[in-house]
Amino acid sequence: MTAVPILTAHDVNIFYGSKQAVKNVHLEVQRGSVNALIGPSGCGKTTFLRAINRMHDLTPGARVTGKILLDGEDVYGPGVDPVNMRRRVGMVFQKPNPFPTMSVFDNVVSGLKLAGIRDNKRLMEVAERSLRGAALWEEVKDRLKTPATGLSGGQQQRLCIARALAVEPEILLMDEPTSALDPASTAKIEDLMSELKKVTTIIIVTHNMHQAARVSGTTSFFLNGDLVEHGVTDQIFTSPRDERTEAYVTGRFG
Amino acid sequence: MMSTALSTVSRSSAKLSPARRIRNTLMGGLILLATLAVVAPLILIFLYLLREGVGALNLDFFTKTPAPEGETGGGLLNAILGSVTMLAMASVIGVLVGVAGGIFLAEYPRHPLMPTIRMISDVLAGIPAIVMGLVAYGLIVLVFGFSGLAGALALGFLMIPIVVRTTEEVLKLVPLNVREAGLALGLPQWLVIMRIVLPAARGGIITGVMLALARVAGEAAPLLFTAFGNPNVNFDPSKPMSALPLEIYRGATSAYDENQRLAKAGALLLILLIFATSMLARYVTRQRK
Amino acid sequence: MIEPARRPPSRGALSSQGDRVFQILILALASIIVLIFLLSLYQLGRESLPALQRFGFRFFTERTWNPVAGTYGAATMIMGTLLTSLVALLISVPLAVASALFVAEYAPKWLANPVGYLIELLAAVPSVVYGLWALFVIAPILGKWQTAFFLNPDNVGTITRCNELWASQQTNLQCFFVPSGAGGRGLALAIIILTVMILPYTASVARDVIRLVPADQREAMYALGATKWEVISRAILPYARAGILGGVILALGRALGETLAVAMVIGDSQEILKSLWGNASTMASVIANQFGDAQETIHRSSVVALGLSLFFLSVIVNYVARLIIARLTPKGIQ
Ligand SMILES: Nc1ncnc2c1ncn2[C@@H]1O[C@H](COP(=O)(O)OP(=O)(O)O)[C@@H](O)[C@H]1O
Ligand SMILES: [Mg+2]
Repeated sequence: MTAVPILTAHDVNIFYGSKQAVKNVHLEVQRGSVNALIGPSGCGKTTFLRAINRMHDLTPGARVTGKILLDGEDVYGPGVDPVNMRRRVGMVFQKPNPFPTMSVFDNVVSGLKLAGIRDNKRLMEVAERSLRGAALWEEVKDRLKTPATGLSGGQQQRLCIARALAVEPEILLMDEPTSALDPASTAKIEDLMSELKKVTTIIIVTHNMHQAARVSGTTSFFLNGDLVEHGVTDQIFTSPRDERTEAYVTGRFG
Repeated sequence: MMSTALSTVSRSSAKLSPARRIRNTLMGGLILLATLAVVAPLILIFLYLLREGVGALNLDFFTKTPAPEGETGGGLLNAILGSVTMLAMASVIGVLVGVAGGIFLAEYPRHPLMPTIRMISDVLAGIPAIVMGLVAYGLIVLVFGFSGLAGALALGFLMIPIVVRTTEEVLKLVPLNVREAGLALGLPQWLVIMRIVLPAARGGIITGVMLALARVAGEAAPLLFTAFGNPNVNFDPSKPMSALPLEIYRGATSAYDENQRLAKAGALLLILLIFATSMLARYVTRQRK
Repeated sequence: MIEPARRPPSRGALSSQGDRVFQILILALASIIVLIFLLSLYQLGRESLPALQRFGFRFFTERTWNPVAGTYGAATMIMGTLLTSLVALLISVPLAVASALFVAEYAPKWLANPVGYLIELLAAVPSVVYGLWALFVIAPILGKWQTAFFLNPDNVGTITRCNELWASQQTNLQCFFVPSGAGGRGLALAIIILTVMILPYTASVARDVIRLVPADQREAMYALGATKWEVISRAILPYARAGILGGVILALGRALGETLAVAMVIGDSQEILKSLWGNASTMASVIANQFGDAQETIHRSSVVALGLSLFFLSVIVNYVARLIIARLTPKGIQ
């Protein structure tokens, strides 16, 4: 029995009004991998990423066609509640966005509290595990009850990773998670990736090709809404099949 | 085999429970209902005044003064002209001081008096209109007696903070490069403000003045002991003067049907004018964007 | 924020002199704002001096306001002001916030704009017009309701008991909710109309601050698997709470000083508050109803002292509102 890919995109098209931002994308992502989405700004990386957890449902005028399967289940299937889908998918945003009125602890467990888990012992366990998972535990274990906004930018972003991990997502979407951070914080988060893929699957959008090369196992190159090429990261960077990919990874445009 | 051990755990607690689903729907419904409750009074008031007042908005209403107590007929010419006269006078104070205040706050932000003037302007905006009436009473009425001037002064005071705020806001929207273009031409700062910045912000300032007028045009409280009211047409600012909101107040609390009828017609006219002004102000703002 | 660098002196004495003259002119005109404030303070202070000297602090604690006897204590109308304003606030805040949420979060654009506009118009309706409507439309309805539900034969016992209690200038919790008449006017009507009047202030402030909540706050909560209501209650409202609270306090300032609509419907009685449905007065309504007729100096002075108190109250309320907005607004997000 072959493993079902954790994520399958089949003929995905995404529109904003009448404007098509993602065209005819086919993609498979294997469980426990780190998959990078690269491409010039405006090529549809974010748009594609947000289709996976149905964030486009919240944008008036945005429309997704085709099939996206999460662990074999149609994300846009009839009767599927987007709330249930999003619960299974974690998301980390471009800028750190902790909830400013909550403490560090409350931020981490906010997803569990949504699900009605009130048991303090259990919450504490999950908070510790998630913060350890995000390599933040040692830095914040003495100030779990202080406001999340007291953390530095890099710590805030790792807090957001912990918050996403706490609900044990089947897949973790990261949209340029280090683009607002300094190099040291960026390095910490890149180091995290190899640990994270032991518990979940990661799709990371990145602007930085070195980052893609360092952290990912497979890479998908987007251009003008098309998925131009998808393959093992090494191959994409060393021997791309498409000349547009080659032009991009060698820095000739973008 | 289909999923890792971890996600099996999370999958079970992932499902949206019926309680959460119901609460979500319920709160959405309540929010809709509450919104209906908020806008209902406006619609009810408008329909009521339309029904009761439109009949009395005839030629007499605009050309005659109120009939003596107990008699029928008459109109509110005295009040309409009084309102227009006092608002015109109030605008002089409100625009002069308000626009100057706005220029000061926007163009001299490092002046040591800037924070004080900004704070006091904000504080003035919150002072109840009736208190401004008492102030104008002490300043004018005690010396010269009830007069249109005293009423206009009270209304002008009320206009100032509104005009200050909008002027400051629109002046700050004028881009830096427009100013620099002027300065680069060798114009002194004051000419840049007068010839370039103010004209660029003119539409916004006019909108602010219109909104301020719409706001004070409906005020009766500050006129009670200043303009006082006058059953006859009067343009002399040193004599008592009537105003639409004053007549509405007196008519609505009067025992005579005839006065009540005029009050309702006056109220209809007043809110039509105020709505038209705010709609126009909004339209102008929209056009500029 | 924009101030061009100081011009080099070589630019010519004329233009820098022009600048100086212009700045002085603008400053002089802007200073009129300060002047108005100081004059108001002076004027109100001077006129209320006789009353404040005669009664001292008792002016605020004494409950008897009796022009015939020449005793003036404002406690009853201070109570009236606080009671009407706070209850109106309590009722209006949830409604206002809900309408703001509707406009900012639920309604599609084609509906949000007109609804937002209607709420703005609600703020533009003059006080007298609200008063007129309350008097002619709501008062009769309340009157009918009082007759139908309270003043019927079943309640004769209660009503008699309360009437006796009221006659001795007292009340209790039960009697507070028993109507003392069936005219419709009184404290309850004042609260209703105040509620309607301050709704748009909180609503428009709340709408503005809710719109300013960053999209990524919403999305972070949605991405965790929250329902719309959970996004609102756990991400949007906590983020916006400082701004909303500021708007609520500004609305309180409005309510405290709201005059004519209240004066028209509250019944103008300076006796102690005996029933929710009975006549009462607020500081502002007493100014409106009595200042014109006050003959004796001490009466007039006492009325102005109410005005002075309202002046300070509104200054404090405004200041606190600003402080809260500044202190509680979330900051420090990178
Ligand atoms: N909410 C939106 N409404 C309309 N067009 C959008 C919206 N978001 C993105 N787009 C457009 O869709 C295209 C893809 O955008 P995006 O997915 O953000 O690109 P990337 O993340 O690769 O930089 C761009 O042309 C962008 O302008
Ligand atoms: Mg992007």
